[in-house]
Parts: sequence; structure tokens; C-alpha cells
Amino acid sequence: MDEGILSKLKILAESAKYDVSCASSGTSRKSKTGGLGNASGWGICHSFTEDGRCVSLLKIMMTNYCIFDCAYCINRRSNDIPRATLSVQELIDLTVEFYKRNYIEGLFLSSGVINNADYTMERMVRVIKELRQVHRYNGYIHMKSIPGASREMVAEAGLYADRLSVNVEIAKEDNLKLLAPEKDHQSVFKPMHYIGQGMLESKDERRKLRYAPRFAPAGQSTQLIVGATDESDKEILQLSTNLYQRPGMKRVYFSGFIPVNSYDNRLPALKQAPLVRENRLYQADWLMRFYGFQANEIVDDAYPNLDLEVDPKLAWALRHPEQFPVDLNTADYSLILRVPGIGVKSAKLIVVTRRHGRITASTLKKIGVVMKKAQYFITCYELPVFTVNEASPEYVRRVLTQKKVSKKGDDKNQLSILFPD
Amino acid sequence: MIVFQYDKTFEGLLTAVFDAYSRRTFPEVLTGEGEPEPLFASEVHRVITDTDKSNRVWTGVQKKVSKVTCNMLMCVWLSEEPGSDMLIFRYIRKTFDAPFSIETNFADDDVLDVKKVAKKVGKERHFLIMFVRFQKAADDIWFAPVAPQCNALPLVINHFKERFANQKWVIYDTKRHYGYYYDLKRVEEITLEDDNHLLQGKLDENLMAQDEKLFQKLWQGYFKSLTIKERINPKFQRQHMPRRFWKYLTEKQ
Repeated sequence: MDEGILSKLKILAESAKYDVSCASSGTSRKSKTGGLGNASGWGICHSFTEDGRCVSLLKIMMTNYCIFDCAYCINRRSNDIPRATLSVQELIDLTVEFYKRNYIEGLFLSSGVINNADYTMERMVRVIKELRQVHRYNGYIHMKSIPGASREMVAEAGLYADRLSVNVEIAKEDNLKLLAPEKDHQSVFKPMHYIGQGMLESKDERRKLRYAPRFAPAGQSTQLIVGATDESDKEILQLSTNLYQRPGMKRVYFSGFIPVNSYDNRLPALKQAPLVRENRLYQADWLMRFYGFQANEIVDDAYPNLDLEVDPKLAWALRHPEQFPVDLNTADYSLILRVPGIGVKSAKLIVVTRRHGRITASTLKKIGVVMKKAQYFITCYELPVFTVNEASPEYVRRVLTQKKVSKKGDDKNQLSILFPD
Repeated sequence: MIVFQYDKTFEGLLTAVFDAYSRRTFPEVLTGEGEPEPLFASEVHRVITDTDKSNRVWTGVQKKVSKVTCNMLMCVWLSEEPGSDMLIFRYIRKTFDAPFSIETNFADDDVLDVKKVAKKVGKERHFLIMFVRFQKAADDIWFAPVAPQCNALPLVINHFKERFANQKWVIYDTKRHYGYYYDLKRVEEITLEDDNHLLQGKLDENLMAQDEKLFQKLWQGYFKSLTIKERINPKFQRQHMPRRFWKYLTEKQ
């Protein structure tokens, strides 16, 4: 291990950073005597880069040489960028040494495709196998499965990795074929299927034998690129709903398209990555996972795209004023969750608190409800009744999307009260 | 105004609760020993810490509320916020006086405050778990300085003991001048006599292990390359990783 590795590390970090998955949760593994580390069950971030994204795992590529030529990817073979490869030993040393300094929670191993999918997978599996068996490493491992990998390779990887993932990247198959001629949905969904099968089988085994090996205990995840092609939010959310129904699918990530290969005219010319849209998609994802919303409630044929101006929950509420106001003293938990300005935590607090007495507006404020939004959608016996029904959805939208007037007093509409002399 | 004076320990506080019930007078202000009495103090009672009494009170609390709430009360004590002792006092009194558990009555200010303060301490604990950075010293001890806002260090010891079970480590609170040392078997509290040189957060280069400098450099280089320039958002970064931690973060040095 010497200085020479620094340049390799930099090159391979540059190549790996566009993968958004960062979770380190889902597995808890106790430390064993003589072993290194443990996995805590919930994720731990260890740092945050200047773009505000967390660094939880050592996200790195084994190599950034690639035989594929995907238009959206920085590592495509026709790009003239510095290339590097890390050896198995170097990868292991880096992981172990960084882990011991509490820099990272584990390893996220990805790779460009060399020779063919299985050849690449085999080399990646060697790294994580040695980490687990020789170094008795108990920390977290996330491994990318290469599109087109065989069942045998996936089955072996699942024994050592906590999470496996295959990226769908583009929601519509035609578009995927246009941008990535070597890939199709088959090559992505097959490994995904193998992972799901492996997990189900191991679950079954463990019911019979308590010490049967676990298979990818933290499940699988995938990623969709947003804004590189013409998919609507409806198509993206529909696909992610379908993906969540697969066995062990824990997360579908969205990655706002960053034009890394701006010379390719199959790609749209963007001035900036669609960060707001990406954020709205994540909000919609949260609504589906934690708030009991269905994809077709958030987006439908009349509104195929998410509202960039207001968040999807507020947008839904403004389209459905007939559902409001919600009486917080009697309504069901699931209904309270649908009120804009009330999140999971405050909804739970409301439900337990109201058993002791009536909820008032001041209590709501104190427990963290965003009253600016929520006031139009709730009653609790004491608020003046001016809900979305009296005020009209248009009015509420206008009030809530108003730009803040700066407090320094340069409001041009305000007359000066000083008389000129 | 009734004032109780105690020795600013958790046992002392619990003894104060005991005394209040046995004397049937409840204080409006708690002060530490040697602190000036407030004006208008009509009566000052000196609490003499007694572990029997404090144990009785704590057992009583444990009977009345769940384990989670007991832990929250401990966290409130570690928060070191002014008035947190009175908050615990009021909470325990309300618990004892109410016919049924008040734990979930978040309309009550004290219940909500206990939750909020405990959450703050819990967050600080999590920050420590995230941002502790070990440096390997030449004598094979891994050293990490920290300076948390509240006294959250005791809350993370189990995590580090479990995770780094086969390396000797020291985590040292440079603000409160104490730390913990793990010698591969158990953890003990330590105080260094002269910790001025630690305030910068960096081990002296002579004390560092041979390859320590290299790995620090590798991590810094890696961290820098990981940024996506098109998405720079320093406010977002500071929100998740407050500035006060930066001085001890290898990648930010």
C-alpha cells in the first residue's frame, strides 16, 4: 500500500459516485470474537460531501474499464477518461483500514463490465468472499450485480453480501435500448429475479434449520435515472410500485440525470440536473412507503407529472378538498396521515395524546405540526373554520406558494410613512 | 419560595425527590452547592445525597413508567441544559401523583419537553457514532478526540466496544476533559493530566503509526473526488454535518 494507490482511488471514486444508493441498514450482525466490526441494523452515515449526499459506504468500482457503451454513463467505452483497476488485496486493505478508523460503515462494490458479466461478477465475489472468510469482517457489504449475470454467480454473491442490486436505469425498454444498446430489461430483471428467489429459498431453509446461511439479508435495491428520457412521472412511479412488489425489494432510488456526456445527441440538453423533480419523486416514494398512498392517487392520466411547485401530498389534498377537514380528535390514524403538514411522527403523537384530553391548536404547534399548511385541512373544535372548502383550493395554493417577502423592508408595495420634507 | 440545594449528581436529584415527599414541601428552585441563593428564598433545604433514598425513588419511577421513558430521563440528565434537573423533578412528581401513566400525554409541557430534550441528546449520540474518527498511534492504540454539545459520550461506549472489539481505543472528550479507554477486555474511564495538545484534534506526527498519514490522505482524496460538482449544496451538507464537528473530521482538516 503506497501513494500510488491514491490516484487509482480517486479515479474509481469519480466513476462510482453517480450511483445514488447509500443505505447501510437492514442487517444486524453481532460482532464475533476475533472478527472485525458489526452491522447495526439501522444505517449510519459517516460523512457528507459538499453536495450534501451522505457517505455511508466506501462506494467504489473494482475497475472502470467497461465494454458497454451506455449513453448516460461516464464510464462508457467511447469516453476518453483515465482508467484504473484495483486488485483484490488493495480493495480489501482499503475497506478494512477505513472501517477501523470509523470512516465508513462498509463496502459498496460496483464495477465496469470486463470480458463478460460472469467474469466480472466472479472477481467481485472474490473480494467480498475473502473479506468475510479471511478477515472475518462483519460490517456491511453492498454489491452490484452486473446485468446479465448467471444464477450461479448471483447465488454465490448473496452468501457474502448484505444487499445486492441491479439498476434498471431507464423505465421504458425502448428508451433503454436506444441509450444502452447492449442492455435490455431481460438482462436486468433476470438477476433481480434470482436475488428474490435466493432470498425466499434461504428464508424457507432457515425456518427448518436455524443456522442455515442467510442470503442477502438486507434485500435488494435498484435505481432509475430521471430526466434522460421522456418517461412521465406516472410511468416511473408505476414501475417503482411494481418493483416494490418483488421479493426483498427495499428501495427504488431516483437519480436526477446529470449530463456527463453532453456530446451525445440522443440525450436531452439540460442546463441543470432536474433536482426538484427528483426530490418530488422521492416525496412520492415516501408517500407510497410510509403514508399508505397508491401510485394512482399521486399521479393519474389527468396529472401524469408531479407538481413541481407544491409537494405531492399537498397536491393530492388540493385535488381532493372533499376529503377535508379532518377532525383530529376522532379521525383514524390513516386519515390524519393524509393531512398536509402532519408527518408520521406527529400523527402518532396526536393519536396517543388525544386519549388524555382534547387536542388544541397550541398543542399541535408544539408537537411539530406545520400549522401553516395544516390549518386549512383540520378542525379541532377551536380553530376558526376557514378550511380548504371555504377558502377554495386555488386560494390555499396561492398562499402556500407565495415567495417569502424579505424582512429587510425593501418591499416596494409598502408606502413610506415618513413625510418628505 | 422554597429552595432545595443538592450536590448536582443524579443520585442527589433523586434524593431531593425523596426529601420533598417526606417533608411534604416541594421546591420551586433547585440549586447546586455553593451556588448563590436566589433572592426571596424563604426556606433553603440542604439535600444530603443518600443512595438508599435515591434507589427507592428510582425503583418507584421504574415501576410507574416504561424502560424507554427511564432512558429518556437519563438522557435529559446528560443533556446538561440549564433547568433540566427541575424538569426531571417535575416529571417524576407528576408521574407519582397521577393515577395513571402520563407518559403519552404530550399535551403536557413537561412530558413534551422531556421527549424533546432526550431527542436532542439522542441526536448528539448518533452524531458521535457517525463522526468519531480514529487515528492509529504508534503504540497500536486508536485515538479519537470528540467535543459533543451535551455529555453524550457514555451513551456510545457500548456501540464502539461492540464494533471495534479487537483494537485498543481511546475516545476522549476534550470539552469535559475525560474519556474512555478500551483494552480489548473492558472499558474504563480515564482523565489525561495534560490534554492541551489534543485540542487541535490531531495526533502528533511522531506519535502516529507509520501508515496512518497515508490512510488519512487516501480518505481525504477519496472524499474530495466523491463530490458531484453539478449538485454542490453546502447548506445541505452543514445541515447533516454541523460545523462544530469539522475540526475533528479527518476529511475536513
